Amino acid sequence: MIGRVLRRIAFATVVAAIVVYAVFPFYWAIVTSFRSGQAIFSTALIPGRIDLANYAAVFTEQPFGRNILNSLVVATVTVALSLLLAVPASYALGRVAFRGRSVLLFAFLAVSMFPQIAVLSGMFEIIQRLGLYNRLLGLSLSYLLLTLPFTVWVLTAFMRDLPREIEEAAVVDGASPFVLIWRVLLPLMAPAIVATGLLAFIAAWNEFLFALTFTLSSETRTVPVAIALISGATGYELPWGNIMAASVIVTVPLVVLVLIFQRRIVAGLTAGAIKG
Amino acid sequence: MLAVLATVALWPLARTIWFSLTDATLFDLGAAAYVGLDNFAALLADPDWWRAVVNTLVFTAVSVTLEVCLGFAIALTLNAQFPARGALRAAVLIPWAIPTVVSAKMWAWMLQDVYGVVNAVLLQLGVIGAPIAWTASPDLAMAALIAVDVWKTTPFVALLLLAGLQMLPADCYEAARVDGVPALTQFFRITLPLMKPALAVAVIFRILDAMRIFDLVYVLTGNTPQTMTMAVYARQQLIDFQDFGRGSAAATLLFLIIALITVIYMMAVRLRLSGRSELAG
Repeated sequence: MIGRVLRRIAFATVVAAIVVYAVFPFYWAIVTSFRSGQAIFSTALIPGRIDLANYAAVFTEQPFGRNILNSLVVATVTVALSLLLAVPASYALGRVAFRGRSVLLFAFLAVSMFPQIAVLSGMFEIIQRLGLYNRLLGLSLSYLLLTLPFTVWVLTAFMRDLPREIEEAAVVDGASPFVLIWRVLLPLMAPAIVATGLLAFIAAWNEFLFALTFTLSSETRTVPVAIALISGATGYELPWGNIMAASVIVTVPLVVLVLIFQRRIVAGLTAGAIKG
Repeated sequence: MLAVLATVALWPLARTIWFSLTDATLFDLGAAAYVGLDNFAALLADPDWWRAVVNTLVFTAVSVTLEVCLGFAIALTLNAQFPARGALRAAVLIPWAIPTVVSAKMWAWMLQDVYGVVNAVLLQLGVIGAPIAWTASPDLAMAALIAVDVWKTTPFVALLLLAGLQMLPADCYEAARVDGVPALTQFFRITLPLMKPALAVAVIFRILDAMRIFDLVYVLTGNTPQTMTMAVYARQQLIDFQDFGRGSAAATLLFLIIALITVIYMMAVRLRLSGRSELAG
């Protein structure tokens, strides 16, 4: 009896430790973001007075609104392009038997292992030649390197698990290819499309190396680059309050999205890895 | 589709390899002249490059080991039946959802030497006598990097391993329970052997990611040689020093090292797994 109670307490302690470990840094960022002036140097763990001065400063001291818009545009275009290319490709890879199919799937997996830095100089050249340097479209294009392999991979794995009979029934009933795709396949694939779309969005929203290298002016920066480059009046004093406020602004929507879609995201994350 | 993949992956890679054999500079890519293996020779003679190689290997080995151990522990916890399980899984997902740059900044603030909360808590607990400059001192900076990476990526490992745990056959455990096998023996005799494939996948994913780490290092400790990884070195050469040839050579070497590790690892895993299934069959 006592042993069981002790074991329960031990387990609860482990769970509590994991939660504190996972959540505290973000909690601390939120607490800091509400403190300005001298209050920011307080290490009291409870927030106290809520002061929104940092949030105002983030938007007035640099084009942060513009940076958020940039990130939204880049991530949305990346998701749209990835899905537009990956859905038909996954249909072909999952349904049509052709020679070299497994080689092709393997190629996608191999590309997902490319270190970004290995394509940086080549990508820089392409973007410069296309006149996309310091332009958002250049970023979306380069992000396809990150998003395409796993979208194709996850969608193909999902497509293989869908029963063929539904499509066959639709074809027997005289559905045109267009109807087949729009009315039958896409609704069936919706869960996988939502999951991969979200993962692609997050990947594009968080990307740093390409965004840092392929943009120049503060008006074309995306959010991660803007946050990384926030600096104070002097080089030695970083405006931590502003940095934390900016961090909270860009992270809260992401955390909310992830928590809402957690089941689908977890399924998408693990499907790509385990089924492969 | 293939054309796009070729445009964003194969062609840039091929160009990077070509640039590594030239004396290209950032502002005049067109005027690149073939110089053979000069860039690689210069690289191999640069102590900073070797430092970056060692840093990357140390970072990868330590952080992946910690992530897999910690991730496994969290996965086992999440796999147990208890009331707040959903809440715990949600909490664990938070570090994964936070952008790397943001987590680097958050930790930089927490580890700040004068006003950081980590020093404040440790001082109050009496663990340390004086504030510590975590990210500035050469010995601790690498430990700080590893700590942040472990915090950020352990959730991914935990989720992968949890998916593996949930696919384990329940009848093995029932049989073990009927036979009165202790929990620890169950873990070492049933869970661990059956989890080998899932562990192998998690480990290779994390190794590949850790080898190419850039953003965390760049934001947390910048271009300091003490913590510079291969990717940070390559970008510094490419962009900051505008030496496209040398930077491309570094990037090419990193790519080759990663490819080599992947091939060796996959062969080793496949050999072991196939050996085992032959025994089983």
